[in-house]
Amino acid sequence: MKKIIELENVHKIYANDGVETHALRGVTFDIKEGEFVAIMGPSGSGKSTLLHVLGFLDRHSEGEYKFDGKTIDDYSKEEIALVRNRKMGFVFQAFNLLPRTSVLENVKLPLVYAGVRESERDAIALKAIESVGLMHRIQHESAQLSGGEKQRVAIARALVNNPNVIFADEPTGNLDSKSGQIVMDTLQNLNEKNGHTIILITHETYTAEHAERIIRMKDGLVESDQKVESRKKAKDYFKK
Amino acid sequence: MPLKDALKIALKGLQANKSRSFLTILGIVIGITAIIMVMSIGNGAQSLILNQIQGLGSQTIIIEPGKEPTGPSSYAEIFTDSLKERDIKALLNPANVPNLKELTPNVVQVANITYGSESIRESVIGCSDAITRILDIYPDEGTVFGTDEIASKANVAILGAEVKKKLFGASDALGEKIKIKGRTFRVVGILAAKGQVSLFNVDNMVLVPYTTAQQYLLGIDYFHTFILRASSDETVDQVVRDAQATLREMHGIDDPSKDDFHVTSQADAAERVRTITDVLTMLLISVAAISLVVGGIGIMNIMLVSVTERTREIGLRKAIGATENDILLQFLLEAVILTAMGGVFGIILGGGLSFLISIILTNAVGLDWTFVFPVSAAVLGISVSALIGLVFGLYPARQASQKSPIEALRYE
Repeated sequence: MKKIIELENVHKIYANDGVETHALRGVTFDIKEGEFVAIMGPSGSGKSTLLHVLGFLDRHSEGEYKFDGKTIDDYSKEEIALVRNRKMGFVFQAFNLLPRTSVLENVKLPLVYAGVRESERDAIALKAIESVGLMHRIQHESAQLSGGEKQRVAIARALVNNPNVIFADEPTGNLDSKSGQIVMDTLQNLNEKNGHTIILITHETYTAEHAERIIRMKDGLVESDQKVESRKKAKDYFKK
Repeated sequence: MPLKDALKIALKGLQANKSRSFLTILGIVIGITAIIMVMSIGNGAQSLILNQIQGLGSQTIIIEPGKEPTGPSSYAEIFTDSLKERDIKALLNPANVPNLKELTPNVVQVANITYGSESIRESVIGCSDAITRILDIYPDEGTVFGTDEIASKANVAILGAEVKKKLFGASDALGEKIKIKGRTFRVVGILAAKGQVSLFNVDNMVLVPYTTAQQYLLGIDYFHTFILRASSDETVDQVVRDAQATLREMHGIDDPSKDDFHVTSQADAAERVRTITDVLTMLLISVAAISLVVGGIGIMNIMLVSVTERTREIGLRKAIGATENDILLQFLLEAVILTAMGGVFGIILGGGLSFLISIILTNAVGLDWTFVFPVSAAVLGISVSALIGLVFGLYPARQASQKSPIEALRYE
């Protein structure tokens, strides 16, 4: 399998009012296309920083980061926006859906920025909504949805442009265990059925064990990088 | 991103905050309303005044003492005594001004006019009989005083229709004795009602021989104005030149820049009125324009608040692939749509109010007012307000576009 992400001795230093924080102190690992990787660690371990760097949301300070075979320094601002749009999908702990906007419109948003023709957007978005099992909610506004449903809308939005990698930052953090389970199962299905690479950030071992590989972070360094022995298996909730 | 999508996103952003959007554009609405009203009323007033001036007839020429006023400070020079009796004779001499048809010297005095217990305060014009031919006014009853009464400084008066009505009501006035500034005058004529002729409100004035007015009412030996009439439209310029030459000779002036009088034809006067009203209109527009700037700053302020409030939304949009330009366009469009809408409301409101005012002026005040909707101002108004959105929206929109997606997503 092709390497989609290659990190070589990546550092990230924040300067806040003259105080330097060394969030990443030399991180090295690869992620292959189609992998489901969980990044774990206590708060302050650098896992969120790592996700931001991996997702082109932030720039690392030192070392080399190649996404899809190309180092990030070679991407222009417009290309970065394009990569975020086409090759990456994001799922955040706080859902980040647009308020007063229907499920369908929320999911269509990346298509708007991708320049997909208006007449084609509905069909593509509906397919993504179907894959997270929310076809009965398409005209609801985000305020009318439960937390778990919101997160599934966010997942549909993340995968609508059929990205190579989906980044999920504590996707179950704001959810009760049942909703969390459905979200995790959805992610696992996307990985197994559609072959999306999924990078999951979490601090819960149970959640992390849905992945096939766990990278543990501590103090800005990779502490361990192991295969999951007894992987949690998803039920297929939305099977037709 | 296609402009159509950008427009949709911007409109949605505005709809989310309807009342705030409305309050935000009030400044622009008021500014544009003010500009439209100033231009509409300015145009109306200009045409009203021009109509009145042209009511005097295009062959009319006015000579006033003092240099031609070029600015407010030089108006003081009007009050000079350079126009004298001998100037009249010189001007009336066909050898000097061959195409002159009529001339009346004028002195004006606002005075108390009484008859019995009735007393009013109106303009008393000291003039010659030529004034009736120049203003095209004729007595309904009685006659106009002539050369004899002027030579003898007779105490005779001709009343405007309104003056007669106020002093005598329906009863007969001809031959009655009235008092002007305490001096007794005999009423020899009553003018037909005519209303406003140029700057003269004919119905509200009293005409007396200029000699009488000079000596007994004012105690002066000079004149406030000469009103002349050329024989035809074609000879107006010639009469102006001849009159200037004659008066220069009479006053011993070689250098035209040292003239102690000035001659104005109706074309000049119209031009002057146009200049004055244009300047006034521009002045008022500049004042109104200040409110547009203030409105623009208000827009900028609210847009900045909005950008901060929507930090999360901006971050999300960037995370899912919006470029800096997409975000810039979104917020810029919001600002431009806001201000352009303000412009449209302002134009509607300004046009409506101007129309209302024109109705009031025509019906209640009785002016011959024509409503002018300044189309150029409307076009200008929309463009200016959109431009304000562009200028004052640029800074907040740039702030929005520069936000880092992770800062934006972290914002609580």
